[in-house]
Amino acid sequence: MNRGEALLLEVGAFSRRLVTRVGRASLFLGAVLRRSQMPFARPRLLLREIYTAGVLTLSIVVVSGGFVGLVLGLQGYDTLQRFGSETALGSVVALSLLRELGPVIAALLFASRAGSAMTAEIGLMKATEQLDAMEVMAVDPIARVIAPKFWGGVLVMPLLAAVFSAVGVLGGWFIGVVVIGVDEGTFWSQMQGAVSWEEDVAGGVIKSAVFGVVVTWIALYQGWSCRPTAEGVSQAITRTVVLGALAVLAADFVLTAFMFIGV
Amino acid sequence: MANSRFDLWVGLFVVVGVAALFFLAFQVSGAASARVTGETIQVVAYFDNIGGLKVKAPVKSAGVLVGRVTAIRLDPSTYRAEVTMAISRAVPFPKDTSAAILTAGLLGEQYVGLEAGAESEMLQDGDRIAVTQSAVVLEKLVGQFLVQRSAE
Repeated sequence: MNRGEALLLEVGAFSRRLVTRVGRASLFLGAVLRRSQMPFARPRLLLREIYTAGVLTLSIVVVSGGFVGLVLGLQGYDTLQRFGSETALGSVVALSLLRELGPVIAALLFASRAGSAMTAEIGLMKATEQLDAMEVMAVDPIARVIAPKFWGGVLVMPLLAAVFSAVGVLGGWFIGVVVIGVDEGTFWSQMQGAVSWEEDVAGGVIKSAVFGVVVTWIALYQGWSCRPTAEGVSQAITRTVVLGALAVLAADFVLTAFMFIGV
Repeated sequence: MANSRFDLWVGLFVVVGVAALFFLAFQVSGAASARVTGETIQVVAYFDNIGGLKVKAPVKSAGVLVGRVTAIRLDPSTYRAEVTMAISRAVPFPKDTSAAILTAGLLGEQYVGLEAGAESEMLQDGDRIAVTQSAVVLEKLVGQFLVQRSAE
């Protein structure tokens, strides 16, 4: 067997594994969606997941949003004042937060804070054979454990992104108006003139909902399909964070191209 | 006890999230102030040149917001721009009101300025504003200025 043949073999095997993995993950998502009655029939389960995915992520989202807003205020002012248009600071801060930074950074934080926790929890349940035990007791682990986590993550993500953007705008306002002294009225009216409700605010909400689906799906599938050993769980957590971040950034590009630029 | 703790925190989280959405909707995007409240009438005006006027641009009279531009299209028979505006029914304008395309500040956004006329009959839904003044196009002004200078 010569070298070219070996290379082709390698590429073929890689593609087969890739397609298999994507297919299994899609079947998994389908199964979760089909067995999603339980979190809505028993809201207590959903509430618990909203608590772990949302409430516990809120603090890191607020702090990061604040800092991103402060930096945007400083950098935006520095760039804009070179063109004598520092009054546009409000619209720069609001548009960049609502369209990109809010949904994307909130999703990245969500993947590393909540997504990794989901993967770890499910992976450990698998490693300690709790999922098998549930099946023995005729409890469907997908309906009882996975589906509430999925819907918790999907519902929480848009709210986290909105909080991030709102805190970021306040951070930009603090730097621009309080520290630097841009006129307060101009700051807000420029912002309101530039930001449209249907396009920017709703667009950001749609983006973050899509990111919520993507990140939660990856986190749950990695936990569900990991090797049930200590090493397997740790690898699955790493993959959740890495794949989650990559998927968010790639999905962001596609969504931006469709929603704002209209390709 | 544990359940009510979850309820409390989740409730707080949802309230904070929804408050953030409302803040974004009203303070940041100005959805409330951007809408002309109450009933509106549609009026049409034809301009030779609308410059950079866009749909949703404000319609102002004496600097006060009275409406919004709802549609812009080119009339295929006259090759003039047909601008449709929704203006508040609460402020009736006389039939001989004139419309001009003005600029907010030196390089700001363009808007339609209405100058009320003197007639006693008021504009109705679907009426046409006859007297219009087009946008000032900077390139044309510069061109005129250069021609004048070279003529001197």
